[in-house]
Amino acid sequence: MLRALHRWPGLLAAVLLLALSLSGAALSVFPAVERLGTIQPAPEQSVADLAARVTATHPAVEQIRRAPSGRITAYWFDGDSAGAAVIDPATGQDAGSADPSALQAWLSDFHRALLMEDAGRWTTALGALAMLVLALSGAALIARRQGGWHRLLAPMRGPAANRWHAELARAAVLTLTLSYLTALWMTASTFDLLPTDEANPAFPAEVSGLTGLSPADMPALAAVPVTDLRDLTFPYPGDATDVFTLTTASGTGYVDQGTGALLAWETPGPWTRVGEWIYLLHTGEGAALWGLLLGLLTLSVPVLSVTGTLIWLRARKARPALPGIVRADRAETILLVASEGGTTWGFARALGQALQQAGGSVHLAPLSDFAPAGYGPAKRILILAATWGDGDAPASAKGMVERIAATRPHPTAPLAILGFGDRSFPAYCAFAERLEIAAQQAGWSMLLPLDRIDRQSPQAFARWTRALGDAIGTPLDVTHQPALPLGTVLTLASRRDHGEAVQAPTAILRFALQRRGLLDRLAGRGLPRFQPGDLLGILPEGSTVPRYYSLASGSADGFAEIVVRKHPGGLCSGQLVNLAPGQTIRAFVRPNPAFHPDRSNAPLLLIGAGTGIGPLAGFIRANRIKRPVHLWFGARHRFADFLYETDLADWTAEGRLTTTTTAFSRTGNRQHVQDCLRADADRIRALVAQGARIMVCGGRDMARGVHEALADILAPLHLSPEGLKREGRYAEDSY
Amino acid sequence: MKPLFAALALTTALIAPGLALARPVTLTTNLSDYGGRGAYLAIYVTDPSGAYAGSLWMAGGKSKYYKHLSDWARFTAGDVAQVDGITGASVGAGQSLELTMDLADALFDAGYTLHIDAAVEDMRDSPNEIAVPLTGNGAGQPVQGRRYIADFTYAF
Repeated sequence: MLRALHRWPGLLAAVLLLALSLSGAALSVFPAVERLGTIQPAPEQSVADLAARVTATHPAVEQIRRAPSGRITAYWFDGDSAGAAVIDPATGQDAGSADPSALQAWLSDFHRALLMEDAGRWTTALGALAMLVLALSGAALIARRQGGWHRLLAPMRGPAANRWHAELARAAVLTLTLSYLTALWMTASTFDLLPTDEANPAFPAEVSGLTGLSPADMPALAAVPVTDLRDLTFPYPGDATDVFTLTTASGTGYVDQGTGALLAWETPGPWTRVGEWIYLLHTGEGAALWGLLLGLLTLSVPVLSVTGTLIWLRARKARPALPGIVRADRAETILLVASEGGTTWGFARALGQALQQAGGSVHLAPLSDFAPAGYGPAKRILILAATWGDGDAPASAKGMVERIAATRPHPTAPLAILGFGDRSFPAYCAFAERLEIAAQQAGWSMLLPLDRIDRQSPQAFARWTRALGDAIGTPLDVTHQPALPLGTVLTLASRRDHGEAVQAPTAILRFALQRRGLLDRLAGRGLPRFQPGDLLGILPEGSTVPRYYSLASGSADGFAEIVVRKHPGGLCSGQLVNLAPGQTIRAFVRPNPAFHPDRSNAPLLLIGAGTGIGPLAGFIRANRIKRPVHLWFGARHRFADFLYETDLADWTAEGRLTTTTTAFSRTGNRQHVQDCLRADADRIRALVAQGARIMVCGGRDMARGVHEALADILAPLHLSPEGLKREGRYAEDSY
Repeated sequence: MKPLFAALALTTALIAPGLALARPVTLTTNLSDYGGRGAYLAIYVTDPSGAYAGSLWMAGGKSKYYKHLSDWARFTAGDVAQVDGITGASVGAGQSLELTMDLADALFDAGYTLHIDAAVEDMRDSPNEIAVPLTGNGAGQPVQGRRYIADFTYAF
């Protein structure tokens, strides 16, 4: 629901918002330009002095106005012709043309009414309303994705378009919301929908009847500094009953032209005062710097429109359609999916089809749409939940454990949870387990106990569907073979070998990347863009199960590099380590956004051992901005498997790498990388105190050892790896 | 144009005696090419003593701008009820506004004056742009405005 609330007004209003935001950004420049081109009055100058000077230059002056920028304009009549000029307050002389800028007038008519008067004003108001809905629903979506409002400002993860969209929106949302609220207020004011309480003092019943006093000698005008002036209207020449009308920042009153005394005064009411502030906040007139900031942030709207549309299109594509899907409030089976890569959707779709064939009605949705209050006659709720990384929820399902824990169970429908994961990870199906515990504690009745699918096993899934069929009294046996990416043929360009001497043959393999033309991109040919830390899936000969290797390069480097150590009896590693330059393999890219460095300039601490140096080397190679990077690397022997030794020296000379600390387990004092971390405890604490980010890559035992060492090192700072992880400052990729 | 005498009568002291003796009058206001947005115009009448007698027409629908029709606003204290039912659209530069209304005979050759205040957004206010005595002889004679109004004519 929240997502729909964010999506449809966004798409419908995109064009309108583009027009409004671009014209608004352009308009924001005018107050600043006017302010820069305006001669400001001396602070002590009074309206009496100004009026006298203007009268000396233009004896027939009728009105003097001061704009919020400080620009002073005088209007007069010479005989029958009307004259107007911008005035230098110090001299009272003309200082420029008073003609309004035609471009500004056109832009502002376009911005507030699309050049269509009242119909246009209502349209733009609807646009502002749509943007308000977008801003608020978007903020709620970010909060949900981040796992709560209190973590709204925590670093973000996820694919580039989503991250750009969310980061930019987060930066601009407050200002934009203010802009839309003030726009709506101004529309309401224009259409008289708000109370009016402007100062409108009663015309004085009696005046002195005298004329001819110079404005310079009028006490009521002498008491007002020019900086407070808004408008001074002169009496009609020759009409002794007329008066000066003075409007300042604090009110409106009448001044006797014979005595210069204040005859009446009234201050505006609160609605008018608030309205003036709202006008200032929206237009920047009178607050030029604020106006420029607002204009700049308004430029985020076109970017948000484009990235938002991209995200929507991508999500649409990633979600396999289920023909015959019914609405959530009418379905017997609610099928919810939490998936990072999208393969779990394939299983869900196969299950949905089988249930439909058995005569059932199915609603298929992402887990983030979970809303049991809206599931009317549902008979069961099935959740297929993939675990991402080290027991984490997929980015699209962040915060779901807390939400399930906080929702009241559906009155009739029991719940079944199926976890998808990889048994070789320590936190196998941990997210599904946390969901299960949360659901049980919230009082849900469980249709089936939690089951787990290891590495997308079709057999395990079929077994689970049979159990489900038994539980619901509908025979089911769903076989689903997830479609593997076909992969791209990659040719080995070069290889560097290490580790033979320590019985750990290890190779750095560099594959050539073909240049992809636009047609290739559109047709999905070749490897898509990737960054160091992403995964290269390799399909070995004789197996349908891909193996994943961390990429030690980005597509910007022009090659795909991985580090492979030969495992005894390992099918894929054996084939790779024996690959000769010129030979080929089939491979595809799987994004791994959880293991990308953030984009800040804070120190980056990289900790790796063995082949785990691969992605870390990629990060260092990509460190073109020369962010401080500190590496701790563990290997067996300096002369056997010190991977990237010469590269590290070159990168240090180029400033991409600040320090390197090595630990060798088969030589010298036989250290592991966690031992040299402990030896560097003071330095690490100092770096973490500066806001450093930590990334760890290597075998599972090494990662555990590093985690323990860091927990000890950080304890005096009252920090922990878990705490840093929650802030997005600690990432681990272990195998 | 609907007979407007009733509205005028309600808001002024010009009542019954003249009611039977009214005639249709056409008011034509031609605006000059002043190069700005649509002008707001307040058309109203003052009595022989110079006091406000009533409004004939308000061109411009948004009452928050009426304060810029400054003489009219001063006479009426900005009372929107004064132009209730006799309000139309603002008049663009170079355009003309033609109104026909039944006005009491008693208004003519009796010292009454017709005034027009004009105002345009982001440009100067022009109160009392037109001030023309209502007389039988003056009918059909164009009067020049000062800033926004090229000329104004009332004719029987």
